[in-house]
Amino acid sequence: MSATAVHAEPSFFRKYLWSTDHKVIAMQYFFTGMFMALVGGFLAYVFRMQLANPGQHVPGYGVVTPNEYNSLVTLHGTIMIFWVAMPMLIAAFGNFLIPLMIGCDDMAFPRINRLSYQIFFLSAVVILSSFFVPGGPFGGAWTAYPPLSAKAAYNLAPWGASVWLLAVALEFVAFLLGGINFVVTTMNGRAPGMKMFDIPIVVWMIVVASIIFMFSVGPLVAGAVMLLFDQLLGTGFYDPGRGGDPLLWQHLFWFFGHPEVYVVLLPAMGIVADVLAVFARKKLFGYRTILYTTWAVGVLSFVVWAHHQFVAGIDPRMANVFTVTTLIISIPVTEMCFVYIATLYGGSIRFTTPMLWALAFIAEFLIGGVTGIFLGSSGTDIYLHDTYFVIAHFHYTFVPIAIIAVFAGIYYWYPKMFGRMLNETWGKIHFWGSIVGFNLAFIPMFMTGLAGDPRRYFNYSQFAEQATPALQHLRMLSTGGLLIFIPFQFIFLINFFWSLRHGKQAEMNPWHANTLEWTVPSPPPHGNFAEMPTVYRGPYEYGAPGRAADFWPQNEPAYNLGGDD
Amino acid sequence: MSSQGHIHHPNYVQIWAVLVVLAVISVLGTFTGIRWLIVLLAFGIAVVKAYLVAKNFMHVTIEQRFVPYLLIICLAFVAVLFAGVAPDVMKHRGLFWENRAAQQAVEAGSHAAAPAHE
Amino acid sequence: MTSKPIATARTAAGLPTARLVVWWVVASEIFIFGGLLASYVMHRLGHPEWAFQAAHTNTWAGAFNTLVLLTSSLFAVLGHKAADSGDGPRAARLLRLTALGGLTFLCVKALEWTHEIREGFVLSSGGFWSFYYTAAGLHAAHVLVGMIILLVVAADAARNQELHRVECIGIYWHFVDIIWIFLFPLLYIAR
Repeated sequence: MSATAVHAEPSFFRKYLWSTDHKVIAMQYFFTGMFMALVGGFLAYVFRMQLANPGQHVPGYGVVTPNEYNSLVTLHGTIMIFWVAMPMLIAAFGNFLIPLMIGCDDMAFPRINRLSYQIFFLSAVVILSSFFVPGGPFGGAWTAYPPLSAKAAYNLAPWGASVWLLAVALEFVAFLLGGINFVVTTMNGRAPGMKMFDIPIVVWMIVVASIIFMFSVGPLVAGAVMLLFDQLLGTGFYDPGRGGDPLLWQHLFWFFGHPEVYVVLLPAMGIVADVLAVFARKKLFGYRTILYTTWAVGVLSFVVWAHHQFVAGIDPRMANVFTVTTLIISIPVTEMCFVYIATLYGGSIRFTTPMLWALAFIAEFLIGGVTGIFLGSSGTDIYLHDTYFVIAHFHYTFVPIAIIAVFAGIYYWYPKMFGRMLNETWGKIHFWGSIVGFNLAFIPMFMTGLAGDPRRYFNYSQFAEQATPALQHLRMLSTGGLLIFIPFQFIFLINFFWSLRHGKQAEMNPWHANTLEWTVPSPPPHGNFAEMPTVYRGPYEYGAPGRAADFWPQNEPAYNLGGDD
Repeated sequence: MSSQGHIHHPNYVQIWAVLVVLAVISVLGTFTGIRWLIVLLAFGIAVVKAYLVAKNFMHVTIEQRFVPYLLIICLAFVAVLFAGVAPDVMKHRGLFWENRAAQQAVEAGSHAAAPAHE
Repeated sequence: MTSKPIATARTAAGLPTARLVVWWVVASEIFIFGGLLASYVMHRLGHPEWAFQAAHTNTWAGAFNTLVLLTSSLFAVLGHKAADSGDGPRAARLLRLTALGGLTFLCVKALEWTHEIREGFVLSSGGFWSFYYTAAGLHAAHVLVGMIILLVVAADAARNQELHRVECIGIYWHFVDIIWIFLFPLLYIAR
């Protein structure tokens, strides 16, 4: 029974707020994620201003107290990972793209899909409400180590700590529900002719990421319940004086926390893969290699976690094990980056805005990856742990993932989502300003980190070795980079919203891409395909010899060698 | 409607009876007082019972192949979790470290022993 | 009520979407319980003195509950067999019996816990008890949720609707049974 059966035009509420249509749900995640990005970005602005001018009034905020500083950095990290990176990369793009790219009309379980957004929305409300509870928001870092996170006497935020935990738990439930939907839909809902190796890489990546998330979050759910009980019910799961062990939390957290970075990395790499192939007009190099490598990364990601705990007091012999596994995992990830570069080699490259973002992803992520080697080796990590070197490393990985790749995806799929084209010139201005600002913000942190600047310090005036003018100048440079980065995001927002009404009308396939979403109108109607497609080939047949056109849509029957535009 | 078509349904009551007998045996084992036997019976039988439920009630063995693989992979990862965490949490001393609070708890607990019931 | 999307009915992976979903749910639950129980086992093995606390659990109540769950699993799979042959009302009856088993389980547990709490053993009474209540409590929560879903599926099955869901809730219920199969020795026998 086709979902395109005629029914009465739904009300605004049913169409935009209570919809089960995967595209609407995608937009709900998308706009929530963008809003939370503004919140997370504002938090970063405030604490970076404090670091550049300690003790001074921050325009738009006030003077930052030490407790507030802790909360600012905690909520910045928490919000960016759980309420920006994950919803944008997995829920927004996953929801929008998966049914379209595999040739079906919606997710396999649309009502569970709607429920997952509603739970996610609730989690966002809860985390934002933590700013307003008595005692203020939680300030014990996004890693929430006990005993700080378990005892209100230490964290001074009895409400904030539990509200934080509840928000994160709700977010986990939302993504568990959503993730299962993505996996099952991709496994079962594919159009006839779409075999496993004909699925676009971005869909594969979102599916694998969902599986990794599903697996890694389980023990942390158990751990979070235990932490909540410690906070509220007087248990001592993490209290050594009561028979517990704080190290248990760390292990449970990082057993999730490390695979989590691949949960966000893989969809980002998926977006980049698709964008690269389209704008190099060349077949993706080594599709199967990328897939096998992705599965290998998925498995390996589960055996590296304690590299976050090298100085926590774990057994040094286990530290040896985790150093080895961590260094090993760098190999497949690097290999994927080089496979992407191989895709570019010999291609006919179009430097559109999405392509610029995709190229920047590779360059910036490689920097992040290389600096990870120093942190993955327990010897050097003993010095570098908890310094700004770590912050710089993970921003050189996270910003490409959560910002650069997301912009690549937005600039690429905006025409399909909204039926209009974004302005290319403003897009390029946005791109260059962001890249300059981003690098200016984080390169100095490698240097201050190596010079010994600890993380999460509200100011360095009490520490003679850190309170030098040279280091302070570097910190100010970092803040300056952020102050350059921020205005360019407003350029993006203006471009985004202006183009919704006034952008050039988008045709069905403005980029001349192969995947199925480009065979439906922009934006796609409810039900997506007027006639369910059949798939005849893989998604990356660009520049196929013997064809007039340099692309070959997946749903074009095989005998049509001439190719229409 | 099951995609396996008409699966052959074994005698479920018979299997249930076997499960019950096994459960009883594992409880009776506690009366022997021999620690290793109690543990072996308790967990060995648990594994057997779980397998019987999975095979006969959940039909894991006649499902699409990826299902048993998936479940085994999950169990393997839980084992990895245990292997990676136990050296720090289960043991109370290691290379250059010891967990004094836990050691004291063990000490204090074994002295202030209440006589065990049954 | 809108009709189901085409995506729900397709079976490119060779099994119906509903059953596929349940297997993925079971897979993710293995990690939740696995994490909790692994943490428990680590602590229990490292703290042999917990045996004195564990001695206070009621093996007979635990054993009875084991039999209750095994029997309820029997009813669930007989319900699957009934649904397979198209007999919705019979499947519904069997599912309701399954849910009754769950209710019995929860009642016995309530009595057990009441007794233990009266004796002074509460969640915060120490390491063993914290794990005991948390693990058994998490399991009991899954029993409760399972019961609710059993009754919802039974209501549809009684009208010969959505019979494929009988097998699916059965799989979930058997999984909850298997968790108890391991919880029982962990909390009641291996002292």
